[in-house]
Amino acid sequence: MSTNMVAVLYLISALMFIFALRGLSHPESSRLGNIFGIVGMVIAIITTLMFKSVLSYTEIGAAIIVGGAIGTFIALRIEMTALPQLVAAFHSLVGIAAVFVAAAAFYDPASFGIGTIGSIGTSSLIEMSIGTFIGAITFSGSILAFGKLQGTVSGKPIVFKFQHAINALILLFIAFLIIIFCINQSPSIFWTIVVVSILLGFLVVIPIGGADMPVVVSMLNSYSGWAACGIGFTLSNNLLIITGALVGASGAILSYIMSKGMNRSIISVVLGGFGGEQTASASGDNSDKIVKQGNAEDAAYIMKNADSVIIVPGYGMAVAQAQHALREMGDILKKEGINVRYAIHPVAGRMPGHMNVLLAEANVPYDEVLELDEINHDFPMTEVSFVIGANDVTNPAAKTDETSPIYGMPILDVEKSQTVLFVKRSMATGYSGVDNELFYRDNTTMLFGDAKKMCEDIVKSLA
Amino acid sequence: MEAHSSEVFVIGLTVFFLACIIGYYVVWSVTPALHSPLMGVTNAISSVIIVGAILAAGPLGHDSSKIFGIIGVVLASINIFGGFIVTYRMLSMFKKKPKKEQKD
Repeated sequence: MSTNMVAVLYLISALMFIFALRGLSHPESSRLGNIFGIVGMVIAIITTLMFKSVLSYTEIGAAIIVGGAIGTFIALRIEMTALPQLVAAFHSLVGIAAVFVAAAAFYDPASFGIGTIGSIGTSSLIEMSIGTFIGAITFSGSILAFGKLQGTVSGKPIVFKFQHAINALILLFIAFLIIIFCINQSPSIFWTIVVVSILLGFLVVIPIGGADMPVVVSMLNSYSGWAACGIGFTLSNNLLIITGALVGASGAILSYIMSKGMNRSIISVVLGGFGGEQTASASGDNSDKIVKQGNAEDAAYIMKNADSVIIVPGYGMAVAQAQHALREMGDILKKEGINVRYAIHPVAGRMPGHMNVLLAEANVPYDEVLELDEINHDFPMTEVSFVIGANDVTNPAAKTDETSPIYGMPILDVEKSQTVLFVKRSMATGYSGVDNELFYRDNTTMLFGDAKKMCEDIVKSLA
Repeated sequence: MEAHSSEVFVIGLTVFFLACIIGYYVVWSVTPALHSPLMGVTNAISSVIIVGAILAAGPLGHDSSKIFGIIGVVLASINIFGGFIVTYRMLSMFKKKPKKEQKD
């Protein structure tokens, strides 16, 4: 195949990827988008297999079948509540794959047309080491994020002295290694860059707490894109550059949306350590206030007599796997002629859009699920807000209390509705460690118990 | 050695910045409800890095470069299949449901 033909086919593949993302602008066009993505990938792979230098079809075929079987198995088995972990794990694979491709290019530069062993062009070496560096960070950062999401590693932020200074020093050291690598092209320096970058990846994610994971997962998504970009520059491959830039931009925008949803700068999330320290100071002054408690029958009675109910789900709903029971409750209420809708805060859950997927899994029609901007002005006209597994995202202190760590965060104005039903396991504070004054308001009724059990009990009482 | 004169780099850079701008506008048009599938799809397409791995694994023989290439192909394939399938699963949940209760 001529070079031009390859370039054209790669261009088609890149356009397919752009259409794949474009399709996600609406649920109805999204499935077609996914097909575009698959077609683009097939074109890219077949085009590459047609290269004159590519001869070992059996090995490559076997590798694709093995990898494909593993990927298919995992993707079909995974529970939707475990999506964030899965995505983190997949990011780590992109990262380490980038490292292997860079290593391959370094050990056999002739196959990639970037020189011969020991005399690779300096620009190629720089691009290669940057791709390796980002790939290795993505790998280890994602593994730790996976551990934190899965619960194998504590989700609490781990903070120690001189953390940022140490990270900065390591970064400088890597820059120094890259310079040495460009001069002597030594394999041992290459692998040192890999190892030190892996270490840095761990150190970068260690101080970041569990509920900041939406930002971290988005950021790692972005990194995996930049890693592909770096490899694209090394191989002078426009398809890799375009795709890497698309993915990088996507992850960066998601990180921005997530940190805006918490009213925090991306920098402060990256530096981490949030949520650990304030825990003790916040409670205490509310200990003498009265909390109104209710049970499933009360909740059923209140909702049955309402005209409109807004359900506010959070991570607690995912943990309790309460989405199906919740949907059942919503269905019964709808049959009674009650206007039932769902309100999703941007940072609800552990990855962007996590709640939307869980509700969709439970067969909640997507047009009943609304974003913060779309539904927030409706709370004053709403009779019942049903908060399940969410806490900080409903805390009015974010609007009034300047000393609160969550001050300025956009929240769902549930307190403006006539009645707030708040499903919660106990009186414990949310992730931010801030007490929620909503619990003590006259129009709030607390429903203590497991989210799933509570929904099932309400369903029984409604029937 | 056709590659890697400074011209090639500048062309790559041009492509890079234009792609970033396209990415910026396309991603902002994604509805927030589909942000999880967006991550699934971007995850799958970033594994287009398999192209580099196939080139490394291509030549006959068994040098280290080839082994790295094969490993790269396996890892990227996990991601490609896994990413597209999990996205497919997510998106098929967002199908429009027939609303029976409105009719009766």
